[in-house]
Parts: sequence; structure tokens; C-alpha cells
Amino acid sequence: MKTGEQSYRLSLGPLQFHWPRQAMLDFYRRIESSPVDIVYLGETVCSKRKEFRYRDWMDVAERMLGSGKEVVLSTLVLIEAQSELGQVRKLCNNGRFLVEANDMSAVRMLGGDTAFVGGATLNIQNQYTLKILADQGLVRWVAPHEMTASVMTAVITQTAAEIECEVFGWGRMPIAYSARCYTARALDLPKDQCENCCVQYADGLLLSTRDDEEFLVINGIQTMSAKTVCLASEFRQGGHGADILRINPQASGTTNIIELLHQLRNAATDCAEIIAEMAKFAPAGLCNGYWHGAPGMDLCT
Amino acid sequence: MDLVCPAGNLPSLKAAVDNGASAIYVGFRDATNARHFAGLNFNDRQIESGVRYAHARGVQVFVAINTYPQPDNMAQWQAAVDRAAQLEVDALIIADMGVMEYARTHWPDLRLHLSVQSSATTHEAIDFYADHFAIRRAVLPRVLSVRQVAALIKKCATPIEVFGFGSLCVMVEGRCYLSSYVTGYGPNTFGACSPARFVRWTEAGDSLETRVNDVLIDRVGPDEHAGYPTICKGRFKVNGATGYAIEAPTSLNVLPILPELLRIGVAAIKIEGRQRSPAYVGQVTAVFRQALDACARDPERFVADDAWMARLQSLSEGSQTTLGAYSRGWQ
Repeated sequence: MKTGEQSYRLSLGPLQFHWPRQAMLDFYRRIESSPVDIVYLGETVCSKRKEFRYRDWMDVAERMLGSGKEVVLSTLVLIEAQSELGQVRKLCNNGRFLVEANDMSAVRMLGGDTAFVGGATLNIQNQYTLKILADQGLVRWVAPHEMTASVMTAVITQTAAEIECEVFGWGRMPIAYSARCYTARALDLPKDQCENCCVQYADGLLLSTRDDEEFLVINGIQTMSAKTVCLASEFRQGGHGADILRINPQASGTTNIIELLHQLRNAATDCAEIIAEMAKFAPAGLCNGYWHGAPGMDLCT
Repeated sequence: MDLVCPAGNLPSLKAAVDNGASAIYVGFRDATNARHFAGLNFNDRQIESGVRYAHARGVQVFVAINTYPQPDNMAQWQAAVDRAAQLEVDALIIADMGVMEYARTHWPDLRLHLSVQSSATTHEAIDFYADHFAIRRAVLPRVLSVRQVAALIKKCATPIEVFGFGSLCVMVEGRCYLSSYVTGYGPNTFGACSPARFVRWTEAGDSLETRVNDVLIDRVGPDEHAGYPTICKGRFKVNGATGYAIEAPTSLNVLPILPELLRIGVAAIKIEGRQRSPAYVGQVTAVFRQALDACARDPERFVADDAWMARLQSLSEGSQTTLGAYSRGWQ
């Protein structure tokens, strides 16, 4: 990790949900004036979502850069079709912005001589693997969501290379990816005629247990936690050496969350009060279990 | 096409060898493999006699070292590589790059296969592992349609192994946290999904409730069968309707599309189920051996025999089988 910085940076992760084009344009306009330091852009979940084309993402990227943000283009996690490989290649060859590789396909396309961010789905679980990818150009490591804080610290302290460490610290957590679209399945539509039905669910479609516990969220081919991950107080206590806290977009309150986390990192504000305020934007409650070595769904204090 | 069969113990290995497997895959008795279940898997002496039994009959043995080590336990994975190499097995099935590099450096002649747990679904991803670790075969996650598998094989110099029968992971392997989200233990680092010690069955009126770490996965009536509660096979409520929101208990079965898999150049068919009984392994192996031989003799006229299908159905989860992601309709 890098030293000599006062505090951690805040990043905005790639939009996981399918929003209408205008909602996306409005959202990123608001982000321009928010105190987030890094913005990840691009469609990482489903290539059928086409509200934004490559050109649109690049336009937003330029505007973010103009507002003083670092921009990273994030690639599709699950690549199945040859056409999807083409889209990933285009991002890898953009020639201007850093790329977050979310699959080894992107790592190979980046060719070993281009700096890149290693996404959480690369499953980098130890210093040996991290070193192999650092030799390929990895400059920032997004820890797997299920990793505990102490393991993450062990990985970064035992990796000789200067690599930044980023942790997913706010939002509904991506838990799994599949060939099957569960939103289409819930609406009894075939995937090939999905009618982009996921656009109806700006924060995903809730899946509850038979005794009504809000358990998971369906987001197309992706499954997420219903609970919202919150590592605000953990970062307040030093973040175990992580450099960057990632916030994933949600339908409402993203800029509030950014603002609150920004307050938290800069002032001697009361942590409990801020977290209580943040919890208002987590409709199914908070969790932070993985960080503490517990089941991911748990909330540890 | 090779037939790669599972063995969780020596009797299963012998059943697979005797019924026509081309290769058997096994794991050590610890978290270094993705079927880390109590009472399952091999110690060194058992692998040694398994290798002797298989090799005497012209059958290969692969060892799965296909979970992800973390900083404090890497030595255990490295030791597993060393032991497997010394036991003169035919290949290691590996997921983690750190482990691959270790095997490559210390045992350069040992054949390496890319595990399904590495989540490689494209020729680009597989080529990366071929370039850096000289992998000689890749096992594909159960997410591609037959057409997508065909397109991948056309562009990929590395031989491809696909799943042919058994429990169906519907999520991309290596990227599924469902089990660890609920229990703290999952396939990636612990080698098991919904570990048994978190599973609880309780009577509730005349129904039976299945819970994993207290989360209700399903509730079955007196006439229904309660399967093992992997989270993705539970019944949940979505949009007011209760059902199998992710997938019903079912087994993958590629028998009906064997000629297509042969035609597109699949190198090997893998049978899932190291946790299954020797009788199960023997029967599935026997059916697939007959089917593969029939298909090789005359792929044009191959049909999945009713008796074979019935036999596989009776061995399947929920007594039903599916083509899974190989068929676009399933997706």
C-alpha cells in the first residue's frame, strides 16, 4: 500500500442496476459535484443493457475527469458471447483511462504492459497471485468481497510491490453471477426475449425467505445481498490498511452516502450519528460480517 | 471424448475404473479441494493404492487442488502439490495462480488442468493461463450454451473439459458467495457449499423446515422430498409468488447432446459427485461409457437410450435432469 496519505479515498463503483438513460445521465451529473475521488464507469453485469453505448460512457468519463475525478472503466464480469469479448476489448484499448479488469479475459487483452485495476471477481486471495498480476500491470487490488480484514492486511503487507488496496464498503453486495436471468425468470420471460425487464427494478428485485426475511436481491444474471454492506466505522478505525473505500450506486441517496462518508473521513464527527444517518439508505438493514470473519450477512460491532 | 469420473473414496475410485472411466479425479482430506466434506476424500496411502489400481488398468488419476489459499495457509496447498506429484498422479486440477506457479516451478513436468473454480469462460482467459502456466486442459463453468462452447473451442488451443452429469452449480464457479454470505464458509476458501454443520431440519406442523444458519431455505409438505439445502435450490418469495426463484433441485445431464459435444471438439466430459456413493459413481460411469462408445461408433444415429435416461433420472437430484445452460431455453 502507499504511505503518507492523510486519509482513505472514496470511489464510486460501477452502476450494477439497469436504469433508464435519463436517470443515468442525471445521476452522473450529480456525481460530478460530489466529493468522491474515483469513479468507475461501464456495464459490468449484462451486455443486453444498452442505455449507454461506448461513446456515452466516454463522454461521462471526460466530464468526470474535468471535475477532478480519477476515472476507471470497468469491464463485464461474466463474458459468454464472442460479441461481449469485443466490448471488453474496446474498453481495454481505450487508450486514455485506467481499466478495471473483472475477468482474466481483460487481463490478457491488456497485454502485460498496461496498468490496470484488478477487480474483486478476479479472486486474488493471496500475495503470490497478487504478485503475478502485479507483474502484468496490476496497480490496484480490489479485495474479494468475502475476504476478512486480517487476511487482506496479510496480503498487502506480504506483497512487496506498491499496490493500492480497495474495499467494497457501501452498497448491496454482488454475491453471484449466472447464465440465467433471474429477473426474466421471475416474470416468466425467456432470457432471449427479456424485454429489458430489469429496468423496472432500480435497486433490484427483492427475494425473501418463506418466513419473510429480506434475504437477497435479484438483478438480472446477478444475485446480491438484500442487506447493505457498511464499513464506515471500520474505515474510521483505520481500515486495516486499505486505501480506498468503494460505494456502489443505488437509486436514491448515493450522493448523501458519499457526503456522509466524506464528513466521516475529514472531521472529528461522531461516527455513530453518521452511521445512523447512513442506515436510513439501507432498506433491508446493514451488514459487515465478512470483514470481521463472520458470515457476510452478519452485523458485527 | 474422455470420461472423467469422481471418487470421494477408494471404493468409488474402483467402481469408476471398473465401469469405464478414462480418468478419475480425487482430492486430499482437507480444505485444498472443493469437496471438503467430513469423512470424504483420500489420505496419501489411499491415493497411492488408487493410483496403482487405476494405472494397472490404463486409467488416469487427477488430483483436485482447486480452492484458494490465503496468506497464512499457502504452505498447506504447496504441500498438497508436492504430495500429489510424488504420488505420480497424471494431472493436477488447480484454480489459484499462486498454486499454479508453485507447481510449474517445482514440478515442471507435471500436467496442469485449469479448474472450473477459476471462472474462465473465454479463450482469452484460458490463453492467459496457457501462456503463463502451460495448462494442458481447462474445465468450463456451467454457464455457456453449446454454441458458445463451440465458438470458444474454435479459438482455443487448450483442450476443453465440460460438465456432463450431476449436481448443477447455476452460478459461475469461483464467483459465488451464497454459502459464505450465510455461513461464513464457501467453496472458494473452505471447499464446501452449505456445510452440514449449519444445516438444521425442524418439524413445523406437518411440514419440515430446512434452515442454513437459521435462514429458511425451504419448507416441504409430507408428500414432498427435502433435498440437501444448497441455497440456490431453495424456495423463496419474489414478487408475491413462492417458488424456486434460482433453480429447482435437478441434475445436469448431457446425454441427449453427446454427438454435438463430440462434433464441436470437446476433449472430455466430467461427471460431478465426489460426495456420492460408490454405487452411484459406478452406475453413472457405466451409462456414460456405453453412451460415449455408441456415440463414437455412429454419432449420426446416436439417440439417448430410454433405459439410460431412466437410470440417470433415478440417480438425479429431485429425480429430474436438465441440459442447464447448454440450452438457451434454460437460461
